[in-house]
Amino acid sequence: MRFWKSLIATAAVALLPWAATAQTVKIGIINTYSGPNATLGEQIDNAIKLYTKEYEKNLPPGVKIELIRRDDTGPNPDVAKRLAQELITRDKVNMLAGVVWTPNAAAIAPLATEAKIPFMIMNAGTAAISTMSPYIARVSFTLWQSSHPFGIWAAKNNIKKAFIAVSDYGPGHDAEAGFEKGFTDNGGQIVGKVRMPLANPDFVPFMQRIKDSAPEALFVFIPAGRQATALMKAFGDLGLDKAGIKLIGPGDITTDEELPNMGDAAIGVITMHHYSAAATRPANQAFVQAWKREYGPNTTPAFMAVGGWDGMAAIYHAVREQKGRIDGDKTMALWKGWKNDQSPRGPIMIDPETRDIVQNEYVRRVERVGGALANVEFETIPMVKDPWKVINNRK
Amino acid sequence: MIFKRPSSSDSAPSDSAVEQMVRSHRLRPLELLPWIVVVGAYFVFPEYLPLGSQILIMILFAISLDLILGYAGIITLGHSALFGVGAYAAGIYALHVTGEPLSGLVVAAVAAGIVGFVSGLVILRTHGLTLLMLTLAITFLIAELANKAGFITGGADGLQGIAMQEIFGQFRFDMFGRTAYVYSAVVLFLVWLFARLLVHSPFGRSLTGIRENVTRMHAIGTPVRKRLVTVYTISAMLAGLAGGLLTHTTQFVGLSVLSFERSGEIVIMLILGGIGRLYGAFVGAAVYMIAQDELAKADPVFWYFWIGLLLVLIVMFARGGILGLVDQALRLVRRKP
Repeated sequence: MRFWKSLIATAAVALLPWAATAQTVKIGIINTYSGPNATLGEQIDNAIKLYTKEYEKNLPPGVKIELIRRDDTGPNPDVAKRLAQELITRDKVNMLAGVVWTPNAAAIAPLATEAKIPFMIMNAGTAAISTMSPYIARVSFTLWQSSHPFGIWAAKNNIKKAFIAVSDYGPGHDAEAGFEKGFTDNGGQIVGKVRMPLANPDFVPFMQRIKDSAPEALFVFIPAGRQATALMKAFGDLGLDKAGIKLIGPGDITTDEELPNMGDAAIGVITMHHYSAAATRPANQAFVQAWKREYGPNTTPAFMAVGGWDGMAAIYHAVREQKGRIDGDKTMALWKGWKNDQSPRGPIMIDPETRDIVQNEYVRRVERVGGALANVEFETIPMVKDPWKVINNRK
Repeated sequence: MIFKRPSSSDSAPSDSAVEQMVRSHRLRPLELLPWIVVVGAYFVFPEYLPLGSQILIMILFAISLDLILGYAGIITLGHSALFGVGAYAAGIYALHVTGEPLSGLVVAAVAAGIVGFVSGLVILRTHGLTLLMLTLAITFLIAELANKAGFITGGADGLQGIAMQEIFGQFRFDMFGRTAYVYSAVVLFLVWLFARLLVHSPFGRSLTGIRENVTRMHAIGTPVRKRLVTVYTISAMLAGLAGGLLTHTTQFVGLSVLSFERSGEIVIMLILGGIGRLYGAFVGAAVYMIAQDELAKADPVFWYFWIGLLLVLIVMFARGGILGLVDQALRLVRRKP
């Protein structure tokens, strides 16, 4: 019984305050562990566990990292905020990390500012998040970061007319705006736009409309996961592929862990994203191997796992440099401009000006590799800064 | 029939019904117990105040539900719509008019009251399953409205940048949640006084009558629908107040305040504590939130299982909720000698 064990462990810790020395660094992880979106949180959490297992031994002698996990149950900003409040005031954490959802990150941001607690975002991808507190840094992505360069790429690769279909919420709007800007600035034409409901959408009527407007490509963004499979199916069933329409989008529509469920309908889909599990970089192969060894040969790390992994790398960097004595401002200074050439997704850097991630974006095509579907990278756009902040001059 | 309170007549057969009714107004010493706990918790658990204020807010929300579900017998799964309207009204008011909290609470209550009144006029023509479906539908409608009207509600990203002023220009909302806790406690206390007055008033009695036997109430000339709409509006205002409090204490509003899950959760809390007895809200909300917090801490992945188990046990073995169980125990003790 894990519950009793942890209860006893908690009691033991409470009775032995002297066991926790000043060298123990406490990290509060706020993540989604329950509810319908638990699979997203699981990817991040597994990456955190794996990183800890592999690199704990590299910490300076006497320094320990204690992870305190809390479940925000999904996009619930009030719960997330309370958990952050408790982690700061009661558990006295040195840093906060995790967060799948944009509203949760936004609710925590003012607390990070007030308490001067460094806050490492491992997933939430709305462009504006990193501007909400000087104590926020992000290692995940923004939707603009993939959609805007993808719009440029599409316009330069013989796509002249495109239709945009996105889920009707923040990241969807970001994807739509990013792609449209990049695409139309380079001579492309948008023949139609539609926003689809976020919860339980039926894609068939949308696909019919899109087919009728006869674009050369359909740019789609929907949240990573099951929905993408339903979309692929509707796309194929209504014969959009036979009508010569290309399906394109940010990598969320062909995540590595969802590909096996999609079947041949996904072959040929072109996406842009910062991570593919099929990438042949040695750092990525080592990462995927370690993952499969730990969690089974049929599991695949997706981009959320890489967010968790690189977030931990940044945290370990800050802990090592300060020898376990964490200061909020020093940590932020260490994160600004932090570079990692050994990330599974290739070289990354935290932009010293915006504290947001700078990373390669890859153009990928879904292909069958050794019997299984994979996102095969075939073109690289190096070190993309978040275009939304560049265009709007936000920091 | 989990929605029925065990009738009180079997507790002391010697009392006449009239005596019982007259006596029920009086404040029993036991009724002060929750308030001793609320005040004591401030000093004993200073590190748990953020959780504490959210519990107080949920108690207030549960009391508002108890008025319609427990007393008037209006079965609803749409109470979060009213809670959410209050939360958004308070948030939008703070963002665009002023960050003064007390007037913000009034705005929250009035906004939710209006929505409650208008929707109540329509849906309270029905009852039973139809009513249940309609309350659900209204929740979805309002949630979708809030999602679509991103220019004013912030859509799925939530309402950001709310900055509350000090209460009375004196008490700043601090990071440790002290002000938030006291603020929530005072509002809850006033609402409790009001709700207690209401349920023991002739109006409150007539609600119980409507719950137990609508036909008879019609027959003796009670304006049933008017009563129901009135109590629904009052309940909506209190729910709005709870929503406003949540906005003030967290200084953020997201779409989750309008979610169906929140409606379900509050019904669960109330059933857990015991419905139609005012104090079920206190016990249910506190037990549920504390259990959730402790279980989720011990096991962030699997804690829902334990919550589910707790509910199954309560529904199977304690129909009147935890307070019903306490009643039974007390009765046993009294009968023994």
